Amino acid sequence: MLDPGILFAGVLNGLLAGGVYVLVAVGLTLIYGVLHIINFAHGSLLMLAMYAVFFLWRLTGVDPYAALPIVIGGAFVFGYILYRLVIGRLSHGRDENILLITLGVSIVIDNVALLIFGGDTQTIETPYASSFVELGAALLPLPKIISFVASLLLCIVLGLFLARSDTGKAIRAVARERQGARLVGIDVDNIFALSYGIGIACLGAAACLLMPTYYVTPSSGHAFVLVAFTIVVLGGMGSFAGAAVGGLVIGVIESLGGLLLGEQLGQIGISVVFILILLLKPSGLFGARQ
Amino acid sequence: MLEIAGLRAGYGTVEILRGVDLVVGKGEIVALLGSNGAGKSTLNNTVCGLYRPFGGAVQFDGRNIADAASMSIVQAGLIQVPEGRRVFPNLSVRDNLELGSYRRGKPARRHNLDRVIGIFPRLGERLQQAAGTLSGGEQQMLAIGRGLMGEPKLLILDEPSLGLSPVLVEEMFALIRRLNGDGLSILLVEQNVMQSLAIAHRAYVLENGQIALSGPAADLAQHPDLRRSYLGQ
Repeated sequence: MLDPGILFAGVLNGLLAGGVYVLVAVGLTLIYGVLHIINFAHGSLLMLAMYAVFFLWRLTGVDPYAALPIVIGGAFVFGYILYRLVIGRLSHGRDENILLITLGVSIVIDNVALLIFGGDTQTIETPYASSFVELGAALLPLPKIISFVASLLLCIVLGLFLARSDTGKAIRAVARERQGARLVGIDVDNIFALSYGIGIACLGAAACLLMPTYYVTPSSGHAFVLVAFTIVVLGGMGSFAGAAVGGLVIGVIESLGGLLLGEQLGQIGISVVFILILLLKPSGLFGARQ
Repeated sequence: MLEIAGLRAGYGTVEILRGVDLVVGKGEIVALLGSNGAGKSTLNNTVCGLYRPFGGAVQFDGRNIADAASMSIVQAGLIQVPEGRRVFPNLSVRDNLELGSYRRGKPARRHNLDRVIGIFPRLGERLQQAAGTLSGGEQQMLAIGRGLMGEPKLLILDEPSLGLSPVLVEEMFALIRRLNGDGLSILLVEQNVMQSLAIAHRAYVLENGQIALSGPAADLAQHPDLRRSYLGQ
């Protein structure tokens, strides 16, 4: 009953959507891996970054793609300072406190955003928003192709940074052995703040890539974080490769779910995956054997 | 090189070290002996800046480090090889060693890596392997190798023989003597009393947070109190 061409287009569209999911999930999993907490402020900070992209375009006319370096840099600095001034300081070195503080930060940001920006849906108009690329039977939106390629490139850059640079190695060292890290002279608190900043920088990138085809309201970050959390659980908590593979898988599942069950019910597939993973392989696809 | 005077330290409000005096001179091996719970690890971790002391003075290389952060103590050249190794299990052997020169010794990283592999050929065979998959003895070598990568002026070895087979323990003590022969000052924290006294120049015995005995290692090895406490004689 299902035409193979439509199925092919569904899979491709899912992969393209998965690109941005990967970015959001990589940020979440990096923060989890190093700080050992779920960053509950993730959705709110994504929303803030999306507003930043929106206002850069509205007020100064900067194209969302051209805004990538500015918003990535700004998000990194914002995340770093947020950790240094608020999260790290108030947590007194206890992981469970960090969890509650990020939740509190999220509530504050959401409501301040509602107060300042109002509840209206804001969108960006770009000349390329309705451009399509034909690939076989599939008609793919150009902005989604750009966002997919850019997401994967950014993830590769981040992966190389974590694998090759001294700071990247220090981040991975702190993730598993904090005391050992202190004894080789790594400034562990600074690594925490850096990791948080990098996680938020991923959201900055995701915001730039989303805005040409998406909209922003003060609550638009949360939908992504629920998906990102599922991805992180699917890939294995704290696993970088898991978040990358999981993001693409979830993108395809959502797309096919929409195709088979209708647009409104597409997300059911994600929840089913979430429950199945918790039942069958709670450590996830790439979960660390602890 | 290291001068500790009247050091009081502990965790939270519990005082474990109650006024410890200890000196390590340049080129010496000094053994710090004591049973479990005597406060050896507290002393180590306080000297290395992991915990703030309650009181007393710690001088290293003529500088007061009592309230310094662990990274500036590493920067100054005082490096600890901790009990339980504390290697980075998710990183390769090479990355573990390279992070040993994260704060200090970075310009000579390549040269020091060759030197450490020369000392521990086993590590050279496993450079790409994740440190968490090494055996206990190999992890101990890696922890010491990582410490050496930071070009220490004084190396604190905390229980390096713990969990090793008797043959490996022999090798470990021979290695410590060799490192010292190359000019490295060493504070050796051990439960293994007689073997430590055999290679140390001087020794301290820590009991209930205070120094109970101290002196040249050869004298302590003959001391009746020590023989009674640790050898049951």
